[in-house]
Amino acid sequence: MTTTGTRAHLTEHLDRGPLDNDELAAIIARDIPAGSYVNLGIGQPTLVADHLEPEAGVVLHTENGMLGMGAAAAGADIDEDLINAGKIPVTETPGASYFHHADSFAMMRGGHLDVCVLGAFQVSGHGDLANWHTGAPDAIPAVGGAMDLAIGAKNVYVMMNLFTKDGTAKLVPTCTYPLTGMRCVRRVYTHHALFDIDPDTETVSVRETFGISMAEIQSRLPVELS
Amino acid sequence: MSRTAICDTAAEAVAGITDGATVLVGGFGLAGMPTTLIDALIDQGASDLTIVSNNAGNGDTGLAALLAAGRVRKVICSFPRQSDSYVFDGLYRAGKIVLEVVPQGNLAERMRAAGAGIGAFFCPTGVGTPLAEGKELRTIDGRDYVLEYPIRGDVALIGAHVGDRAGNLIYRKTARNFGPVMATAAGVTVAEVSQVVDVGEIDPETVVTPGIYVDRILEVNR
Repeated sequence: MTTTGTRAHLTEHLDRGPLDNDELAAIIARDIPAGSYVNLGIGQPTLVADHLEPEAGVVLHTENGMLGMGAAAAGADIDEDLINAGKIPVTETPGASYFHHADSFAMMRGGHLDVCVLGAFQVSGHGDLANWHTGAPDAIPAVGGAMDLAIGAKNVYVMMNLFTKDGTAKLVPTCTYPLTGMRCVRRVYTHHALFDIDPDTETVSVRETFGISMAEIQSRLPVELS
Repeated sequence: MSRTAICDTAAEAVAGITDGATVLVGGFGLAGMPTTLIDALIDQGASDLTIVSNNAGNGDTGLAALLAAGRVRKVICSFPRQSDSYVFDGLYRAGKIVLEVVPQGNLAERMRAAGAGIGAFFCPTGVGTPLAEGKELRTIDGRDYVLEYPIRGDVALIGAHVGDRAGNLIYRKTARNFGPVMATAAGVTVAEVSQVVDVGEIDPETVVTPGIYVDRILEVNR
């Protein structure tokens, strides 16, 4: 059963379970406009690349200095001078370009990238992102390019599980983990539901749910949903 | 004759690095990592070093070996913690090394500023995060920025693909990474390259790092 309920913008997919990682990645890929310049963060977001249609002309950026990144390299195509930000060997597509690190982050910070898809520990209802550090006293801090990506791209999407393994919500009123960026996340894609965040009005709206009703999501999240 | 020296040995390439020096080390993962120069620095013996690099060493070789030899006082990097960064992890947990974590883009831009004569710059990265604590904030046109200062090296050790006898460098694919920026930001820049060619053999239109930034070149089997 699929219903639109009382919220005109909401679709509840109740005739199925939550999305799997590939289904979620496919939805994100569908939402990326043709011709966009896109950075995909390490982890789950890299799956989005598998679902981009070649004819859409989306150009992938990797912060270690490349536009036009292709698929992961295998066998004889592996070249140790050609890796992505996760240090995985990749390939180049026609029209690719290379540049140094300062240029790569200038392009990001300067607002030239259209979309960045990142993983997260927590996202707040006003778009704050926490994805670099658990804050545990014995953890060794390591930030990489996460803070630059969070504030750089025109649109920051988060791809994450909505709940931790013990069921704790990751969409929260205020992040308890150290922040990566403030008021930077516009969309949150999870296996249970898709959320839009408006940092100006601090409203979180639900576009679609999967295998769970809007009412149940609201009961499990400590954030007011509209 | 060019001011750039073409070195015969790795020892010659790293000669003169002093105790307490700040050393910029290129590379992202193994791509662009000047492994021969790092090994030569281990043999050379300078200690109490500050190392500026994206990572803090992997496995037991390269930067990890320099750290393991007890020669590094401080690491300035964006991402020290990796699956095989156990040498750094052990020193850090034992309180034997100082760590300054810097967002990757700030790391690059702070070195760019040093090389470009910029005294400091306001940057939006990190606003509201622990990495901006204690730093000066400024609101410009409604957006918040953090004041960031340059990182200058006494020495830069970088990897490149081809260098000519005038010091001009070209790189290969993503091995370019920090090399061009570090080359501008150090008192002495040393590049290890796969091939040294005569002047005129690199098309001037394709030079990435002009020879003015490069003091020494060492040809290695990369």
